[in-house]
Amino acid sequence: MGNKIIKKENLAKEVVRMVVEAPEIAAKRKPGQFIILRVNENGERIPLTISDADPGAGTITLIFQVVGKTTMLLRDVPEGGEISDLAGPLGNPTHVDKYGVVCAIGGGVGTAVIYPIAKALKEAGNQLISIIGSRNKDLLILTKEMGQISDRLLVCTDDGSYQIHGFVTDVLKHLLEEGVHIDIVYAIGPLPMMRAVCEVTRAKGIKTIVSLNPIMIDGTGMCGGCRVGVGGESKFTCVHGPEFDGHQVDFDLLAKRLRVYPSEEEKARSSYQPKPK
Amino acid sequence: MNEEIKPSPSKVKTPRQKMPEQDASARTRNFQEVPFGYTPELAVREASRCVQCKKPKCIEGCPVNVSIPAFIKLIKEEKFTEAARKIKEENSLPAVCGRVCPQEEQCESFCILGAKGKDQPVAIGNLERFAADWEREHEGFIIPEMAKPTGKKVAIVGSGPAGLTAAGDLIRRGHEVTIFEALHKAGGVLVYGIPEFRLPKAIVQAEVDYLKKLGVRVFLNRIVGRSVTIPELFAQGYGAVFVGSGAGAPQFMNIPGENLNGVFSANEYLTRSNLMKAYAFPDYDTPIIRGTRVATIGGGNVAMDSARTALRLGAETSAIIYRRSRTEMPARAAEVHHAEEEGIKFELLTLPVRIVGNDKGFVQALECVRMELGEPDESGRRRPVRVPGSEFTIEVDTVVVAIGNLPNPLIPDSTPEIKTSPRGTIIAETDTGLTSMPGVFAGGDIVTGAATVILAMGAGKASARAIDRMLKQ
Repeated sequence: MGNKIIKKENLAKEVVRMVVEAPEIAAKRKPGQFIILRVNENGERIPLTISDADPGAGTITLIFQVVGKTTMLLRDVPEGGEISDLAGPLGNPTHVDKYGVVCAIGGGVGTAVIYPIAKALKEAGNQLISIIGSRNKDLLILTKEMGQISDRLLVCTDDGSYQIHGFVTDVLKHLLEEGVHIDIVYAIGPLPMMRAVCEVTRAKGIKTIVSLNPIMIDGTGMCGGCRVGVGGESKFTCVHGPEFDGHQVDFDLLAKRLRVYPSEEEKARSSYQPKPK
Repeated sequence: MNEEIKPSPSKVKTPRQKMPEQDASARTRNFQEVPFGYTPELAVREASRCVQCKKPKCIEGCPVNVSIPAFIKLIKEEKFTEAARKIKEENSLPAVCGRVCPQEEQCESFCILGAKGKDQPVAIGNLERFAADWEREHEGFIIPEMAKPTGKKVAIVGSGPAGLTAAGDLIRRGHEVTIFEALHKAGGVLVYGIPEFRLPKAIVQAEVDYLKKLGVRVFLNRIVGRSVTIPELFAQGYGAVFVGSGAGAPQFMNIPGENLNGVFSANEYLTRSNLMKAYAFPDYDTPIIRGTRVATIGGGNVAMDSARTALRLGAETSAIIYRRSRTEMPARAAEVHHAEEEGIKFELLTLPVRIVGNDKGFVQALECVRMELGEPDESGRRRPVRVPGSEFTIEVDTVVVAIGNLPNPLIPDSTPEIKTSPRGTIIAETDTGLTSMPGVFAGGDIVTGAATVILAMGAGKASARAIDRMLKQ
């Protein structure tokens, strides 16, 4: 018995939003938590953040970028079709508190991860400044949704094809130079982006939380594959995270650990043949 | 079976019958089970060695007190299925126990034949395995006598040996039983930890299917502590909860280089290969590093499993690095023997001190130091101490850390009502498994720390009895 795909749509090129039937997870999940899924019997287990949930309808929303064989397989499950396994909610929820001014930064598909966290922080009474960015206009996601929850939304593209021309870090620097006060930053996106944001905020002494996405298998603390370096210690992302103090994270180590299986990933990707419809 | 084969006359001394197995050079290239099992002829011949003691000591050596002489007698009489059913009166997983129990430390160590020193004990484990396999392959499982439904519901957390045993005993006593398993497959350590070549997964699956046939519900992908909490289970109408969540939190050595690519916990290495079938990549999507020079750190059964898995994944050399000597090695003698036959190297009295990597973050070498044995420590084993100036380096590309597991913290962390020891194990009464939280029982590695399949099964049985008593009050 798998979990049914209720709705599927493209948010951007190779970025898919899926609404999946999972009543128990929908009832239980809190912002910042993730699930682990396996598309079919021969599939691998991958973690994906829960972008949203509708406990009434018994569904959760997943947003993912198609990068490897597993996300290709997932993309190709039709509406009404099933994925064989879905486990969650996993990881610790975001520590939602009233900080004052929160700056939520989402890069690329990381915007899908920051969205539920930003929403919860806004609902907790924080003032929310959001910065979202991507390589170009076609890859931007959730601009409308982020706009609805933010007191101020700044959108940027690396190539200048939409709104501000530049990186999210440029926008953040600019805000700080303008004298905008920020109490805490949540930054989620590609690893170089999170690292760059942390460098900017470290200099200013602004606490910065990042959400990490290492390779994972069970997601329950059993395998230790998702260990990351935080403050000089090894932490298991699945049970100690996925959110950590960005100023303590060893991003170099994480970058290397994400590149354990480059040739296997390429082999799986290039040999993937979608089933004829 | 073949009519003309007769058991040897009891007066003639028959030696302990060896179980035929795959040749070492062939088996290191496949994941198929190493021993083939007894033929009926060998089983009958071995069974005829049992002298049917009036006061059988072997039963005392069995954590679940299987009627050993009785089932062996049935094998001798060629009543193989009856023999399996006799075992199942006490032990619900004989095909598993016949393979992975340390019989040499338990039942067989009490056998009178071995005690005299002139002969070897009856191969109780091999006979158990034979009977269980015979029943499964020839007759199929029968539905045993079931008690009338009590209308009481029991939740079992984890589908490893403790949980499966408790589930089997409770359903037969008439309770409604639901197993909550965190992974996508039932069996716990029997499917993610123990390799196919030692315990074929089809056997575990058959045991789980049997429980389902008896009416046990198995919920996969349900992480108790995350998906649902223990208080919520009671709110859902469960009258008792048995926690058999295992010792699934890997320990590392805390030496430099442990986060390099190519360093795995044994749990990760074995889970990739066993549960996720990475050995069959790309037919299965999960990859694993197929190292050419693999070092496994540790001296237990899990270390042997990892080192032997490495060979089967294509390693040219696979070495065990253990800081004490062979005498202190906790692995079963049979496992060490199999590993040696397959060409595993043993670097004994050796302590790894650093893992060296290249600029891309992959393992290149393991720096070690030689040890010698000093005074006994708190475990009674002689404490290894470093030999000054004995540092040396082994070139490796994969390191598997198999130095043990801590209890998985998910349940204790999410259930503060359940008291734990400083080591993180759940504190439970010895005879019942009752924890500090009313209605919650626990057994297996979550209580004892990493131990054996049969001890976990014994704990599952004891808790099943206690839960039954409580629910019928």
